[in-house]
Formats: sequence, structure tokens, C-alpha cells
Amino acid sequence: MSEQLDDKAVEDVTIDPQAQADPLFAPQPVAGKTRDWKSFPAEEKFQQPLGYPGPKPDDWKERALAKMDELRGKFRSFRVFLDICVKCGACTDKCHYYMGTGDARNMPVGRQDLLRSVYRRYFTLPGKWFPSLVGARELTEEVLDEWYTYYFQCSECRRCSVYCPYGIDTAEITMAAREILDSVGVGMKYTNEIIGKVFGIGNNLGLPKPALQSTLEDLEEEIEEDTGVKVRLPLDEPADVLLVTPSADFFAEPHIDGLIGYAKVFHATGEKWTLSSYASEAANFAMFIGSYENMRRIALRIRKAAIDLGVKRIIIGECGHAWRAAYSFLNTLAGPFDFLDPNYPVPQHICEYTWDAIQKGKLRFNKEENDWIKLTYHDSCNVARASRMGDYPGGQFDIPRNIIKAVCNNYYEMPEDTIKEATLCCGGGGGLLTDDLIPLRKAGGSPRMKALKQVREEHGVNKMAAICAICKSQFTKVMPDHGFAIDDIMSVHQLVSNAIILPGSEQEAERDGADDEREKETSA
Amino acid sequence: MLSTIYAVLFYVATLVLVGGVGYRIWEYARTPAPLKIPTTPAPTTWGGVVWRLFKEVVFFESLWKANKWIWVFGIVFHMSLWLIFLRHVRYFQEPVFTLVALAQPIGKYAGLTFMLGGLGLLARRIVVARVRFISAPSDYLMLLLFLAIGFSGLMMSFVSHTDIVAVKAFFLGLMRFDIQPLPADAPLLVHLTLVALFMLIFPFSKLLHAPGVFFSPTRNQRDNPRDKRHVAAWALRMEKAEGGQDTAMNKS
Ligand code: SF4
Ligand code: SF4
Ligand code: SF4
Repeated sequence: MSEQLDDKAVEDVTIDPQAQADPLFAPQPVAGKTRDWKSFPAEEKFQQPLGYPGPKPDDWKERALAKMDELRGKFRSFRVFLDICVKCGACTDKCHYYMGTGDARNMPVGRQDLLRSVYRRYFTLPGKWFPSLVGARELTEEVLDEWYTYYFQCSECRRCSVYCPYGIDTAEITMAAREILDSVGVGMKYTNEIIGKVFGIGNNLGLPKPALQSTLEDLEEEIEEDTGVKVRLPLDEPADVLLVTPSADFFAEPHIDGLIGYAKVFHATGEKWTLSSYASEAANFAMFIGSYENMRRIALRIRKAAIDLGVKRIIIGECGHAWRAAYSFLNTLAGPFDFLDPNYPVPQHICEYTWDAIQKGKLRFNKEENDWIKLTYHDSCNVARASRMGDYPGGQFDIPRNIIKAVCNNYYEMPEDTIKEATLCCGGGGGLLTDDLIPLRKAGGSPRMKALKQVREEHGVNKMAAICAICKSQFTKVMPDHGFAIDDIMSVHQLVSNAIILPGSEQEAERDGADDEREKETSA
Repeated sequence: MLSTIYAVLFYVATLVLVGGVGYRIWEYARTPAPLKIPTTPAPTTWGGVVWRLFKEVVFFESLWKANKWIWVFGIVFHMSLWLIFLRHVRYFQEPVFTLVALAQPIGKYAGLTFMLGGLGLLARRIVVARVRFISAPSDYLMLLLFLAIGFSGLMMSFVSHTDIVAVKAFFLGLMRFDIQPLPADAPLLVHLTLVALFMLIFPFSKLLHAPGVFFSPTRNQRDNPRDKRHVAAWALRMEKAEGGQDTAMNKS
């Protein structure tokens, strides 16, 4: 806490060749480099639907401390993590925002200390008696402001928690800090406005039912044009499977191609499935702001949709944090799901579903359709470090890769220390995917971009796939800076969609015709 | 007089250490972890969790992944500490366990490796800018305290020997509430004072990482949220107050 803020260093971003190439390069620390990178605060009207006060009340300090006290009673992670950090420094070079900015407050422990210092001052003996000895400090307006800045420069990606000898997860501290900030009226506009939209309309993008309906109809037409097959994308229909997917899948490229992929897979397996307009959002931004109550309100929408539509299974579309919120938290927040078919885990990931269908031989592919692609795969943090797929630890790494390899001939891994549990965040997760934070997003995305460029140089990789709506959106913004096109980020189910041969489709006719030809040739 | 002062010091230090750490453990144990947050890939069984924690506390698995320098210094420091601890058990038993007897010759040199590890950690704290930035005065002092304990101990092992038979009699006496004379040698008194200080600050400092690591939800949880519903008592109360999930669901 003692280091002085150093203004002149903000200018000196000397980029040496090593820094340009090494994805994990960590610069020298300077405090305060990015202190001006702030997102827009939430006005009262965005705070209120979430149950938070409007502008900062006069007694904000007492309220903040009371909230901190409450959280340390409710969340063991918060209490234990604040107590046991030994300042060993193992995490200091592990955060992509630190690698990208060099701001010492973006070192995971540097970020934690912004709050730990206050916790020590008010809740520990040494902090009360010898504040300067243990780096404890008063809660002031400036401190609150610093919290707002740096706790919204963390994507809650948990990379730091992999390397900390005690598993200290800065994401937990960030979530708690945001909850404290919200409780004193200092919210973030981007996240809180979006959560309000889910409560009001049902999804992050604020797409009402008629808009969803017409999008889905357009997609049905598009698929029919491409394949000659009538593939349905049902909305609010009684079905066996409820698909809950991030609303970006209804809206933008490359997300929407992923949605087409899910629909084709369900069609090929003959699944009776539906989307819900009420639970038309898999994302749960309340996770980002550490609000158990709001997270639960969003999760309960999925429960209600499942009951109302009478489904037997819940499947979640491609989204990183949404999969965490679903896989790790849905049962806790909105369970028990004893009314669903006990033969399937609740919830399932669309990749689990597709991989299962592939293994059972239910899907046919023409991998050559993807032959123009040299692909790599970005492990989304929340899938990699905060959830699982399949029935063994690490299935979350294998299943998407298995699908990719089933539909794609040219696949290359990025460097080992930047994938799987060591994956580098896209730079836009954790509620930071807002235009207010573009410089931060670009800096935070740079380590991943360096890793990507390595495989481009070594293998000529031209596309990257991901299974996270936020990652995909973030990469469309960041990749163009690095010599990629906006559509060089793809959905995994987009690759599936390219290669799948639907029964009765033009592709099937073509393929089988071709096979017949070949057979004739060989038998002749 | 001297013996009485040190006797009281050690009684108080022991009370604070045991009571304080016990209280912390109780606090950690009763604070719920309302959500499943193991850092994945994570074990799905209790056996797996035990193995994960074992690798963490014995081999410093995560630290190994993170930084080989901190790992080397850290492991040398902590393993030496265990050996030294084992060696010191002889002051509290008669006759001593075989294991403790065996640890005597190695334990002596563990004092040296302990200093090496500690100095390495201190050097990193000073030399590496990132670690310097996150260090408070207490972080340096804590290492210096350890180094001073080690140094005063080594002095007695290698330079000016103390009457260890009398020291042993003193500690065995303490355990029977029968105060025996303590030799008035400077290195010994410094050593014992610093050890008592260490015991006194343990429950209020980052030394809590020792019991704390076992309570870290990212390391001690099973990865099984889909198989078994995991809910904290306070969350269940909240559900009940709303009339159950389905009532709450229709309200939201
Ligand atoms: S790795 Fe863990 S213990 Fe070490 S400084 Fe970082 S948060 Fe603290
Ligand atoms: S959770 Fe991710 S973004 Fe946040 S401090 Fe840790 S590494 Fe950085
Ligand atoms: S958006 Fe993707 S990469 Fe970024 S934090 Fe979320 S899961 Fe991680």
C-alpha cells in the first residue's frame, strides 16, 4: 500500500520484442497506470430493480462496513481469503490485465489488497492497533473510488486461483467488493442495466417474444435454403428439452451460427426441444456483481420455464459464465430439480449433448466442409476453471475438442501454458464487455492474442473457436487489431453446422452421390 | 525470577496460540461456503479432495505451477521447519519417540537450510519489484523474526552451546506446572523470547495460512454440484421465508 502513484510511467509503454511475442510476459509494476479506465456508474433507475440504493447515501461508510461484516459471515471464501494470503507473490504475474497494463493494482494480490487493507483496519486486531505495520487503511471516498476502478478491471476469470498455494480466488474478492459497492449505491451501469432487462423482459439484450419469434423463423428459412431441410427452432412449445442459451445467440455473428448448429443437431437426433421466451437468457450477470439474491432470481426463471413447458431436461448453450452459473450454481440457487428426468444431469451443456450424439453415431459429418479452416480453440475461463463437462475432471477440455476434431481436419493447440486450466481470458469477461472499457479490454486481451499469433505463425491458423458468448463478442472487437478479420472467431457449433449432413438434405444427396461414384470407381 | 518470567511467557503464549488458532478454526468451520467454487478440474470424491490437499500442503503443487523460485525457497523453508520442529520435540518428552531421535542429526542441518530458504524468500521480497510492491512492513518483519529465531538457534547448536539438559528440565517442568531453573544464556533467552512472540502473533497474522488452507473452498470442495444439491443454511432460511422455491419463482 506504500508505493506512490507514479504518473509519468503511464506514458512509458516501452514495448520490447520479448513483450511483443511472449504471451505470458509480465511488465514491471507501476501503480495507477489504469486508474482512469472507469466504466459508467449506474444511475438510480438501474440500481433500484436490483434492490440497491440510488446515489450514495450519507451513511455509506457505515453501510459498506456493515456489508463487509455480513459477507464475512456468509461467505467462507471471503473471510478465509482475506486472512490467509502470505504475500508470496506467486499470483502477481498471472493476471492478463496485469500482463496487458503493468498496473500493480491489477496483480491479483494487488487487487485483493485494496479491500484487504480496509478489512484489516476494521476487523483485525493488528489492523486496529498498528495499521501502518500491516498495511491497513481507513475506508475513504478515495478508497471507494479505487475499488470501483480496479474491481471493474477484473474479469473474475480465476486464473490467479490456479496458481495461489492456498487457492485464493481474486474473483471472490472482486464479487464481494462489487456487492459492497452496490449496497452503497455505487453500481456499474453495464451490468446492472442488463440484469434489469432480464427481470423486465427475460434476456440481456431486451429482445421481447415477437422479436425472438421472427428471428427464429428467419433462421428456419435460412437453414431450409441452405440444406433443403425444414429444421425447426421452436419457442415456448411443450418439449422434452429446454434449451437456454445466451441471448447473443439470437442476435449477432458468430453466435447465431452456433444456434443454427444446435438446431441442426437436435433435428438430426430427433429431439423434441424448445426455447423459452421467459428464460431466454443463459447469462447470469448477477454472478459478476456477486449478488446471491439477484443471481437466484435469474436462475429461478429457468426453473419456472422448465416447469411451465413441462420439459424433462435442461440444456445450456455456448456461454462461459452462464455454464458456471448453470453447472455449479443452478441446483443450489433454483433446485432441487427432482421433477426432471433423473437419467440426465441437470443441467447439461450443449457440447455434452452433441458429443454424446456423435459417440452414439447419430450425427453424420462432411469434415471437408471445414477444410479451408485452420483452427485453434480458446478455453473459456469459466468453463475451464469453474465448471466441468462429462463425468470426469477435465472433461470440459476434452469434450469441445472432441467435437471439433470430429468436424474439422486442421486443428492446432495454442501454447500449453495458455490453454486448459492455464487459459488466458479473452479480456472482456466478468461484466467488462462494455464500450466504456475498450482500452482495458484490448490490453487484457493482448496475452491471448499473442498466443494466437504464435499458432498463426507456426501453423497458419486462421480461425479460433470458442464456446462463450462474451469471448466471441470480445474477440470480434480485439482480433482485428491483430491482423485477423472480425469473423475469424467462430462458435464450436458453427463448425458443427458447417459439417453436419442432415438426413434428407442436399448435402446428403451430394455426399451419398459422391460416395456412390467413388464406390463405382473402386469396384470397377 | 528469570525462570518464572519465561514460564509465564510460555503459558500465556501457549494459551494464545492454542486458543487463538482454535477460535479461528472454529470461525472458518462455521462460516458457510454457500456456492460450489472449487477451482476446476477438481476431484469429484472426498478421497480426491484429500489427495488434492495432500499434494498442496506437502508438495506445494499450485506453487510449483506458478513459480519455481518461490517453490524452491518455500519448500526448503517449510520442510526444514518440520524437521526442526521434530527435533525440538525432544525437549518435551522423556523418553523420546524413535522418529524424534532419528531427526536429531538431520534436524541440526535443517537449521541451516531453514536460514537459506528464509533468506531466499527475503531476497525475493526485496529484489522482485512485484513482490516488493505487495509487501507491508509486517511481511518483512515476519521473515526477520523467523530468521532471528533460526540464527539464535544455530548459535546454540554450532557456537556457544547451552545446557540443554537444563532447558529440557525446564520445559518438562512447565508441562507439570513445576518451574525448573532456566539457564541464563543470551542466545537461549533471545531464542525463547522470539519463539514466544511467534506463538503470540500466530492467530492474528498471515501465519493463519497453515490452518486456513484446509478451509479454502477452491481447494477443499468436491466438484459434484449436479449430483448433490449444495445449499447454505442461510440460503435455505431465505428460501423458506419466501415460501419455497416455487412460490419465489412465481414472484420473481
Ligand atoms: S499467490 Fe496467494 S498467497 Fe501468494 S500473494 Fe497471491 S493471493 Fe497471496
Ligand atoms: S480473477 Fe482473473 S482478472 Fe481477476 S485478478 Fe484473477 S487473474 Fe486477474
Ligand atoms: S468471457 Fe470468456 S475468456 Fe473472458 S472471462 Fe468469460 S469465459 Fe473467460
